[in-house]
Amino acid sequence: MLNVDSIERGIVIDHIKAGRGMFIYNYLKLDELDSCIALIKNVRSEKQGKKDLIKIDDIIDINLEVLGFIDPKITVNIVEKGHIVKKINLALPDTIVDVVKCKNPRCITSVENSINHEFRLTDMEKGSYRCVYCDSIYSAG
Amino acid sequence: MLKGRHLIDPMDFSTEEINEILDLAGEIIANPKFYADVCKGYVLATLFFEPSTRTRLSFEAAMLRLGGSVMGFSSAESSSAAKGESVADTIRTIACYADICAMRHPKEGAPKVAEMYSDIPIINGGDGGHQHPTQTLTDLLTIRSIRGRISDYTVGFCGDLKFGRTVHSLIKALSRYENIKFMLVSPEELRVPDYIREEVLIKNNINFVEVDKLEEIMPSLDVLYMTRVQRERFFNEEDYIRLKDSYILDLKKLENAKDDLIIMHPLPRVNEIAVEVDKDHRAAYFKQAKYGMYVRMSLIMKLLGVSVNA
Repeated sequence: MLNVDSIERGIVIDHIKAGRGMFIYNYLKLDELDSCIALIKNVRSEKQGKKDLIKIDDIIDINLEVLGFIDPKITVNIVEKGHIVKKINLALPDTIVDVVKCKNPRCITSVENSINHEFRLTDMEKGSYRCVYCDSIYSAG
Repeated sequence: MLKGRHLIDPMDFSTEEINEILDLAGEIIANPKFYADVCKGYVLATLFFEPSTRTRLSFEAAMLRLGGSVMGFSSAESSSAAKGESVADTIRTIACYADICAMRHPKEGAPKVAEMYSDIPIINGGDGGHQHPTQTLTDLLTIRSIRGRISDYTVGFCGDLKFGRTVHSLIKALSRYENIKFMLVSPEELRVPDYIREEVLIKNNINFVEVDKLEEIMPSLDVLYMTRVQRERFFNEEDYIRLKDSYILDLKKLENAKDDLIIMHPLPRVNEIAVEVDKDHRAAYFKQAKYGMYVRMSLIMKLLGVSVNA
């Protein structure tokens, strides 16, 4: 059994679908931070069986909005003085920029390098997003 | 206010704004000479990154008939795109020379990119299988000019309803008018995409049916919009052979049709409308091409903000 210390101050990104932790680590560019960061894979979970977990020490101001698109089941806890002071309920962001690439080979984003891959939320219930250029549909999660 | 705006998606304009464009088109049709010089001194750039006959010439004819000038290219090979220039850079350069730009591009969303980098109005002249808003304006003007209004119709769409961009755009546009009922005729494989069915038709409570034979619904139609069914779209040859004749309009199929039906087609036609139908008084597809020029004249005037009294 692997033990990772609890943090005094920072962020805990919990209930990440097992195997997706590295994707989130890379997307949030956590490698660029100087903080102490733990990415734990395949943690035993009563709800999920297995899950991934990320602990970020001493930083609480990362923009985590996009996690709602990647996986709305993820939970985010803000820790101060060793206690959870805030639980962030993830919502689907209105727009997502450069998180996923449009897969439509006919989309202008496949050839025009200078533009962002941008999607807008079009159906909150289904979690559907559309490419702002070609209208291709993508689903959150 | 349409001056300075772009037209990328047919839904960019409200129905009031579309009606404003159709109203002016109607005035131009009635008195074309009044408008012969209104765009004198203005330049239209036609940036056609893929070949087109009707759309490009229709834009050019529209600007010339308004007294303006036209410049541009008719294939990517004859532009800097062949050297790898981006759409963003191309449009920033063209905007230095022209006052308004019509653009066709094989990549979906290319006119949207142009819009982001342009300080002159951009008109989408077709982007891949995505949008073709001036065809939609053409179709609306055709219906309104021939029948006097755009409401209270049963509109049939026949053929390839899955990949036909003109079909999707027109369904979306017509859905905003009063009491329009749709009859969608196509083989199972070529039905309208889910997003049209769910986000446009079902979401807005629009009355529609989907059938696979044209004959079944012919008597109830006020407008029939034909599109081409291409053999390569079918998953198997048997289905193509079984269904192909159902999607070819001939005089026999028109026997039970209303006398004031309007038969439309975005053109080019291959064999989906028999040549014998051309002489029928209900055939509107060549008139449609002419309405296309008039509606583009009106659109250019509105986006440039010029009027007959200016």
